[in-house]
Amino acid sequence: MRLFLASLALTLAPALAAAQGTPLRVPVTVDTLPNGLTLIIHEDHSVPIVTTNVWFHVGSGDEKPGRTGFAHLFEHLMFMGSQNAPYPQFDRLLEAAGANNNGSTTEDRTNYYEEGPSSALPLMLWLEADRMGWLLPPMDAAKVDLQRDVVKNERRQSYENQPYGMVYDHLPKLMYPAGHPYSWPVIGSMADLSAASLEDVKEFFRRYYAPNNATIVVAGDVKPDDVRALVRKYFSEIPRGPAIERPAPASFTPADTAIVLEDRVQLPRLFLNWHTVKGWHGDDAALEIAAYVLTGSRTSRLTQALVYSGELATSASAYQDGKRLDGDFSIVTTARPGKGLDTLRAVIDAELARLAAEGPTPREIEEAKNATEASFLRGIQQVSGKADRLNAYYYQTGTPDSFQADLDRYKAVTAADVQRVVRRYLRTSRVMASVVPQGKLELAAKKVVIQ
Amino acid sequence: MKTLRLLLALAPTLAFAQAVDRTQPPALEKPPALKLPALERASLPNGVTLQLVQQRELPLVQITLVIAGGTKLDARQPGLASFTTRMLTEGAGTRDANALQGELAFLGAQLFANAGTDAFTISLNVPKRTLGEALDLLGDVVLRPTFRAADIRRQRDLRLASILQRRDNPNVLASLAFSQIVFPAGHPYHQPTDGDSATTAALDSATVRAFYEQTFVPERAKFVVVGDVALPEMRALLARRFEAWTRGTSARTMAAVTAKPVANSAVKIYLVDKPNAAQSVIYLGAPGAERLSPDYPALMVMNTILGGSFSSRLMSNLRETKGYTYGITSRFAWAPLAGPFAISSGVRTNVTDSSLVEIFKEVKMLRDLPVDAVELERAKAYVALGVPQRFETIGQIAAQLVDLGTFSLPLAWLGDFVAKVNQVTAADVQRVARQYLPAETATLVVVGDVAKIRPGIEALKLGAITTLDVLQVAR
Repeated sequence: MRLFLASLALTLAPALAAAQGTPLRVPVTVDTLPNGLTLIIHEDHSVPIVTTNVWFHVGSGDEKPGRTGFAHLFEHLMFMGSQNAPYPQFDRLLEAAGANNNGSTTEDRTNYYEEGPSSALPLMLWLEADRMGWLLPPMDAAKVDLQRDVVKNERRQSYENQPYGMVYDHLPKLMYPAGHPYSWPVIGSMADLSAASLEDVKEFFRRYYAPNNATIVVAGDVKPDDVRALVRKYFSEIPRGPAIERPAPASFTPADTAIVLEDRVQLPRLFLNWHTVKGWHGDDAALEIAAYVLTGSRTSRLTQALVYSGELATSASAYQDGKRLDGDFSIVTTARPGKGLDTLRAVIDAELARLAAEGPTPREIEEAKNATEASFLRGIQQVSGKADRLNAYYYQTGTPDSFQADLDRYKAVTAADVQRVVRRYLRTSRVMASVVPQGKLELAAKKVVIQ
Repeated sequence: MKTLRLLLALAPTLAFAQAVDRTQPPALEKPPALKLPALERASLPNGVTLQLVQQRELPLVQITLVIAGGTKLDARQPGLASFTTRMLTEGAGTRDANALQGELAFLGAQLFANAGTDAFTISLNVPKRTLGEALDLLGDVVLRPTFRAADIRRQRDLRLASILQRRDNPNVLASLAFSQIVFPAGHPYHQPTDGDSATTAALDSATVRAFYEQTFVPERAKFVVVGDVALPEMRALLARRFEAWTRGTSARTMAAVTAKPVANSAVKIYLVDKPNAAQSVIYLGAPGAERLSPDYPALMVMNTILGGSFSSRLMSNLRETKGYTYGITSRFAWAPLAGPFAISSGVRTNVTDSSLVEIFKEVKMLRDLPVDAVELERAKAYVALGVPQRFETIGQIAAQLVDLGTFSLPLAWLGDFVAKVNQVTAADVQRVARQYLPAETATLVVVGDVAKIRPGIEALKLGAITTLDVLQVAR
């Protein structure tokens, strides 16, 4: 990231279902330029603003050994000026037009976005085209050195100086075997950041920052014909790049590991991580519903057992992270003063065993689906949110407007599905990290064999 | 957005790419004029007013109950206002906390109760189809909270744990220390709104109930509703659930604030020790300005230039030129009383002193020299043209209405604001910079590895240095 940043009777269910007849629609048009750039346009005239959202299909998973953190460092360099918009024109021109901008990097992709008054669209597209086509002419080692320092500062701020932050430096290499694209953190290591060179920047740009490896969404108060004309005007000259080879990691046996880290914290925190499935895999949605059943609301099983009835923890959260190539499921919980992590670990194992044995109740499933549907509705209120999801869906499924299809995945999950995925993925090998206050190693959780 | 209008893909209209002159940025059309949503009003039979904005794009409704008051009412027991507000959703009517929260989740609803410095807000965001059921729960939460002793104790324990965790986070420590120093004891901004461990440990059911009865009163309440609902329907739905909420006489008032923010005659430096910290967190500032100050538009522009945007002077200098930090911002906390103004950043430990030099340099430059026209116009456009982005979601629209309402400003005030921003001159910017930006009178807090950073800071000879213990700051 560049910066900153019940008791209701089940008889209610038919009433809810009756109101659910209208499918979620975010209508789009899709065009592809001869150079391979895909343009997705969504009209929304409710507020006179526009957003552009460019995805390059490259992330930390595409990095070479010895250059971890490079995709994100490169993201920073995209703001350092291009041939016709030398530094610091990018931010200055956009702000002068009333628009803001940012970018972010994950394991799988890098995105860049602007949002502002609809009048600013030509400027946004001119700037995005200039850096997609002409980033390298003004690029030099001094810019690389400077953003290397900024990114190291980001690593200090978000990991090293952040309570519990360093655990995220350790988890990737414990979860994935050496060489796997997800076996290092997106931020990278200090040593690898130091090693990145101007030559690396040029090579990375030529390989990955080509129109055929990018999609652009324009959403908001726009006329599609105007958008098409502008995009063709500014992007058509950018030459197609080489075909891109994607890493295809070999299958592996997940590790069964426990580590303990000491940190300058008051309370110990436990991180449990299981290897699961990638996004849109047949079990992905069931794992997300399982996460909801565990910690999605006040009455969820782990929230109750750990935080409220048990009074052992201050918080608990569970999350299925289905990425492009692979996925993992995590449970994170922080102990209350005086409580050790092994007690929390034992409660989690007992609750997982119970969920695996009995499955969730019909009401738990219904609640999870209702909450999921409401969050889908809330998620399409803003053009910026819709634009990023359109790009994500296009990359994941080939169809930008997959909102209803995505929601349908969750609606199709049954109690038996949840029971099955808990048994299959969460009652097996895992990576357990205990972060304890300095000198309090006795508060760490103990490694146990799950039967 | 038009969710149901399916657009057919038009045939590509531009087959030939023409040679494009891309050496100059494109000329832009005039930005669209600010269009504010239409506001409707009504009153419930008990006199509570209702403001409503219809927003029919999606089947969602946001209902925010605003009750004037907030954490300024609990100066004698800091944390009581926010704790009482938190307890509203911990059991109400016939439901205990689990039943209440479980039912809300089942309805796809989100309910948040929050105590701001000057108002309580209880916000319900709910799909239209479960609006009625969710409003039943809102009625219970506002009118019939249970405040059971066991629920109080449990939430108190959780809050004590979270107060303990303040010691871990250098940003929290810097912010806490800064407010404690700039606003002396007795000032409503002295203490964190969640209180400290001593005031929290003293919370009990009787205290919470008494505070609730004196503050959550209909005389000070109004509803702000945004979403897929018409005024008559909404009025009827609310009237039925809040008819029992009648006016009384027990309203608690705020003791007049007599404590004045500090007025330094020299820079004062406070160091909080975090041995082996990877960064130093800097908070540098002074008491800021009142929200209703006539200088508000000029201050917004000035702050954008100083540290309120990516292209700001502080970001350009400390991040993009020197590489000292990942980010640096400056901001005014806007409230009826002047809240803090602070420049804040996490900087590399070994450039803590150099960072301070650059921050003071930028502050002095903005005070001493007028800004040029390009920079001024950029900041004005950024502030003025950003307003429509605050009106996308039903939650955002409600938040705008609540914020303006806190200061008794009408929605149309935003139009006046935009006009006033567009009139700000370089002389205005310099005048407010001189009046509000502290140079020789700043309060400076640094949370970091004191053994490593103190010699460098001393050598700058900025002012007297006091060392604070973490336990003094996060009590």
